[in-house]
Amino acid sequence: MIELIQLVLYGVVLGSIITLGAIGVSLVFGILRFAHFAHGDMMTLGAYFAFVGYVTIGLPFWLAFPVAAAAAAGVAVLIDQTIYKRLRRSDPVILLISAFGMALILRSLVQIIWGPSNLVYASGIQLPIRIGDLRIKEDHFYIVGGALVLVIGLHLFLTRTTMGKAMRAMADNVDLARISGVNTEKVVIWTWVIAGVMAAAAGIFLAMDTRLHPVMGWRILLSVFAAAIVGGIGRPYGAIAGGMVIGISEEVSTLFINPSYKAAVSFAILVAVLIYKPTGIVGARR
Amino acid sequence: MELAGLFNYFFFSICLAGIYAVMALGLNVQWGYTGILNIGVAAFFQIGAYTTALLTSPDNPAHIGGFDLPGTFAQLVGGEGAFLGQLVGQASILIGLLGGMAVAALLGFLIGWITIGLRSDYLAIASIGISEIVRLFIQNEGWLTNGTRGIAGIPRPGIGLYNGSDFLEFMVLVVVAIGVVYVLIERAYRAPWGRVLRAVRENENAVLAAGKDVTWFRLQAFVFGCTIMGLAGGLYAHFTTFVSPEAFRPDLTTFLVWVMLIAGGSGNNRGAILGAFAIWAVWSGSEFITSAFPVEYVTQIAPLRVLLIGVILQVVLLTRQQGLLPERPPKPLVTDDEAPNRSG
Repeated sequence: MIELIQLVLYGVVLGSIITLGAIGVSLVFGILRFAHFAHGDMMTLGAYFAFVGYVTIGLPFWLAFPVAAAAAAGVAVLIDQTIYKRLRRSDPVILLISAFGMALILRSLVQIIWGPSNLVYASGIQLPIRIGDLRIKEDHFYIVGGALVLVIGLHLFLTRTTMGKAMRAMADNVDLARISGVNTEKVVIWTWVIAGVMAAAAGIFLAMDTRLHPVMGWRILLSVFAAAIVGGIGRPYGAIAGGMVIGISEEVSTLFINPSYKAAVSFAILVAVLIYKPTGIVGARR
Repeated sequence: MELAGLFNYFFFSICLAGIYAVMALGLNVQWGYTGILNIGVAAFFQIGAYTTALLTSPDNPAHIGGFDLPGTFAQLVGGEGAFLGQLVGQASILIGLLGGMAVAALLGFLIGWITIGLRSDYLAIASIGISEIVRLFIQNEGWLTNGTRGIAGIPRPGIGLYNGSDFLEFMVLVVVAIGVVYVLIERAYRAPWGRVLRAVRENENAVLAAGKDVTWFRLQAFVFGCTIMGLAGGLYAHFTTFVSPEAFRPDLTTFLVWVMLIAGGSGNNRGAILGAFAIWAVWSGSEFITSAFPVEYVTQIAPLRVLLIGVILQVVLLTRQQGLLPERPPKPLVTDDEAPNRSG
């Protein structure tokens, strides 16, 4: 029993990371109607940006984090303006293929700049805090707390600001939003800013939980997509539920199956949801 | 470099680029003809390679098999020493390749049966899952695949007619494979079957309205493509004579095949072959540039080559989406002008 609770706790940590990635995927899908295959590698890039700020330059972590997030958002907007923008008139699957290529481009850039081996933010082993028989690392509190702050921030942005409302309107109906005077290009840029910030945060938390590696983001992309789809793609709030479902299932599944096959769990949930409830468990628009 | 070495390198290149061309043809049936977005190309390639490897490599107690088909068949007709024995042994390579194709087809059928009804972008997401699971399976199921140690001693076909090059005879086999696949799928493209696939790609609902079973046609195209990818895998196993998880870089392989098809021209089989050779030329040519750097930088410079291919993909998508050789569907037998006036 204690083992199960322990795994659920790990699942919440993993779920927080996946959620942040899935929010970006979901927002981009809602506004631009394509599956952003480079999202995992954008997470990786964000994590390495924080490495530069925190380790290379030596900024305090609370400063390195937003700087890295801002840089990742900048890269996201840059990619959109140079490439994706010109493909927006094409079939969305062309954008998907372009994003798949962009994933490889970002991954090779990370490898060229920072090398192919593992890196860490802080060396040494962090001793877990013991609560009864449960073990929790200090970093885990930061990860879950950080994700919570970001999700609440996003909620306030989407509901309280004009841009947030425009974004939701555009996700609902692009033509209607445009007729109502929404500047759709501006909304697209803001979408990438938020997706970039969330992706960077997800990447940084993932690197805190494990370590930095050029393929860390690509390896978790399947889980991120699974979370976005389980939550109902195009619905950022669903991504939270989706992230938790995927994170907890992956961790708890290690009780029954070889931990190497965690990815198969996301895959199974993903396919099952797509077949039986393609709108996601929260119930989404088509 | 000596002339003989140069020739050998040329044959080697044709072999490897040709194997990619076979994969590109397989992907063309899926994406070019039918619009099925498969980002798991490497999964079927690897399955084909491992199956062929197990069927033809000598017995090894570390894993199941190998079944040493060439040896076994040669024994039946008087041993490997005899000319007939050698010939029959070589011919049994075909059975190994067919085995690889069959298992790739079976995997394609199982996966397609579950996922083929999904919208194209969802199918693409599901296919990365397939790729990941196959990769993990090969790494972890040592009883079958010998894990990270891999399977060695896969024979490279050849009866030693020409001793100047290791790869000349194999090159002939690869070229024949490309030819057979090309003729077969080009024929399929022009057949009513291919017409239905193109129609599915352009407008699924119209095909449904015409009374065709869209899902069934999509599944057929998917399995057909996977089978061809399995063949490419089998050829690759014979080419390198050794397979291991490290020998494959699944995401890179899938990516290269996609760029080859899109740069060459989706829907055009000649384009797929041209694209495979052109992109492979860039890919292997760029190795000369990176090898000019000092050794200590190699691990860091090597990804530059991937970056280059990624940039090529973006440029093609931005400037020439139809590829080098655009698709040219066969002309309808009856054009609008010649059509009899039906209302009369």
